[in-house]
Amino acid sequence: MRKNLWILLVVALLSMVLVLTGCNGDDNGNDVANGEDFFVGLVTDTGGIDDQSFNQGTWEGIQEFADEYGAETNYLQSEADADYVPNLSSFADDEVDLIVAPGFLFEDAIGQVADNFPNQNFLLIDAVVERDNIVSAIFAEEQGSFLVGVAAALTAQEAGEDTVGYIGGVDFELIQKFEAGFEAGVWAVDPDMNVLVEYVGDFSDPSTGRSIASIMFDDGAYVIYHAAGGSGNGMINEAMERRGDGEDVWAIGVDRDQYEDGIYDGENSAILTSMMKRVDVAAYEVSVMTYEGNFPGGDIIEFDLENEGVSLPEENPNLSDDILAEVQSYIDQIVSGEIEVPTLPSRLQ
Amino acid sequence: MDLIYSMLALTLVFSTPIVITSLGGMFSERSGIVNIGLEGLMMFGGFTAATFLVYLQPYTSFAPWIAILLGALVGGLVSLIHAYLSIHAKADQIISGVAINMLATGVTIYMAQVIFGQQRTQSFSLSFQRYTFHGLSEIPFIGEILFTRVYLTVHLAIILVVVSWFVLYKTPFGLRLRAAGEHPHALDSMGVSVFKMRYIGVFISGIFAGLGGGILVLTQDIQYTVMSIGGTGFIALAALIFGRWKPIGVLGAGLFFGFSRIFALYSSRFEILAQLPNEFFFALPYVLTIVALVAFSRQSVAPKAVGKPYDKGGR
Repeated sequence: MRKNLWILLVVALLSMVLVLTGCNGDDNGNDVANGEDFFVGLVTDTGGIDDQSFNQGTWEGIQEFADEYGAETNYLQSEADADYVPNLSSFADDEVDLIVAPGFLFEDAIGQVADNFPNQNFLLIDAVVERDNIVSAIFAEEQGSFLVGVAAALTAQEAGEDTVGYIGGVDFELIQKFEAGFEAGVWAVDPDMNVLVEYVGDFSDPSTGRSIASIMFDDGAYVIYHAAGGSGNGMINEAMERRGDGEDVWAIGVDRDQYEDGIYDGENSAILTSMMKRVDVAAYEVSVMTYEGNFPGGDIIEFDLENEGVSLPEENPNLSDDILAEVQSYIDQIVSGEIEVPTLPSRLQ
Repeated sequence: MDLIYSMLALTLVFSTPIVITSLGGMFSERSGIVNIGLEGLMMFGGFTAATFLVYLQPYTSFAPWIAILLGALVGGLVSLIHAYLSIHAKADQIISGVAINMLATGVTIYMAQVIFGQQRTQSFSLSFQRYTFHGLSEIPFIGEILFTRVYLTVHLAIILVVVSWFVLYKTPFGLRLRAAGEHPHALDSMGVSVFKMRYIGVFISGIFAGLGGGILVLTQDIQYTVMSIGGTGFIALAALIFGRWKPIGVLGAGLFFGFSRIFALYSSRFEILAQLPNEFFFALPYVLTIVALVAFSRQSVAPKAVGKPYDKGGR
């Protein structure tokens, strides 16, 4: 029995060491900040600093700020949910000027740490926690989704198709905003178009995501938009394979520009466009405010089309100029308030 | 009718990695070694296959095949750790298997970090293509499901089931392997090394699990991430028990698990079922698993010596 425990212990330690050495920031130890310059600290979730998603985007925003304003930065990698509180506290102990946490996973941890360190400034991205020393940055996902809905409907119209699809991760309020915006965008272009809606029930189940996509494409969906994280990978795989097979279908990416992910033959991508949540913009803007002494503690800042917190990618090789022009006209209408994008899907109204 | 066709076709794709991995587990357990590390071995296989596909795809159209073979090889090599610990070191086989699972998460992510500078592999382009067998696809029913726009990996799984059945029941090697799991002392008295048979059993399980993991990532995902395998190894383990440690049983159980998942996706098309909440269908495959395990528990026939380290002097 003792031998067994040793084996388990050694392996557990080994894997932890491997993960830790693989992911740590450049110079962290007990001292994460030197306390002289303006300092921004980022605590990542378990996805890691280069997850091509929230952590990476936020870090890029912080880097951009640091380059422009000469600030110091560092990040702490979380290996498990249990690391959130210690990592946030470690920055707070060092009294850094702004502590950033990307993602709703930090909701509980950041509230707790913010209570323990009332004099520290925190930024929570993509979720809301109301404390005087926390700024919550949220995104108007429905507005971005509206735009990709417009692009999907116009592309389908051009091809003479009448059906598009949406795959969500888990059916709750935040993900419903994507659905609501997408269908509103589609119906703004063509009120008669069918929008198929399915939820995977999981953000990390590519097999099921792929099966759902296969069923939707078979049911006539011409474009599918996903807000399903890792499960959405399965949908993109299905779209890539079908395009490689000569079928005419498209996928729409989410959170970041997924164009590269959808390249199926070396140059062409199955990704029509992507709905980008600009976490980098949020991290940058709030860092600047804090630097200038205007930390908007307790506020909920919404990043939307107006301040470019949500957008389509800069390059959209698969969208025609006509469609892009049309999308732009919808952007103008939303920004001017002419169009109000709903946050509740039609099936729940 | 179209509905049934597409349901069955999707079930085959979904079940392929489960069946192959479960077959691997069968070889290990039949030789007397519990292999709870299938999940981890799939991760090693999936990571290796995805990595090699990224690098090989510009050069050859056989890249996906080479990639899954390399994935299988790495799965086999890693399984030797489990084999050494549970055979020579006589460690508790459950603990050693859990150790493999823990190790897999750490090592694959670390390697991805070293190779790609991020905690997942780069996304690969097109991997396996669906294939239509002209001629065979004309056969009614079967042709539509098995020979029209289908992955060759599906056929690979079926071939492996048949080969496994043959090896296990019709060859001297199969007899020895089963004896190592049922009555190792009898095998030893006949002058066959129990250790050797068990090493081979575990090695085959590693190869199959690596293959299953590679196929899973290459046919369902666009890159390897820590979430890619997502518990499929444990489902394969359940399929092994549900399939009562028999190749045909494993095939049936794997297809059953796949079908219940796919069926849930189609539920909204049947009027009565559409009334039920989505959560019911998310839970359905797992509930069915528990029900099936309870129903079959009496007939469950695990190899007699499974889980016990072999001791020459023991009785």
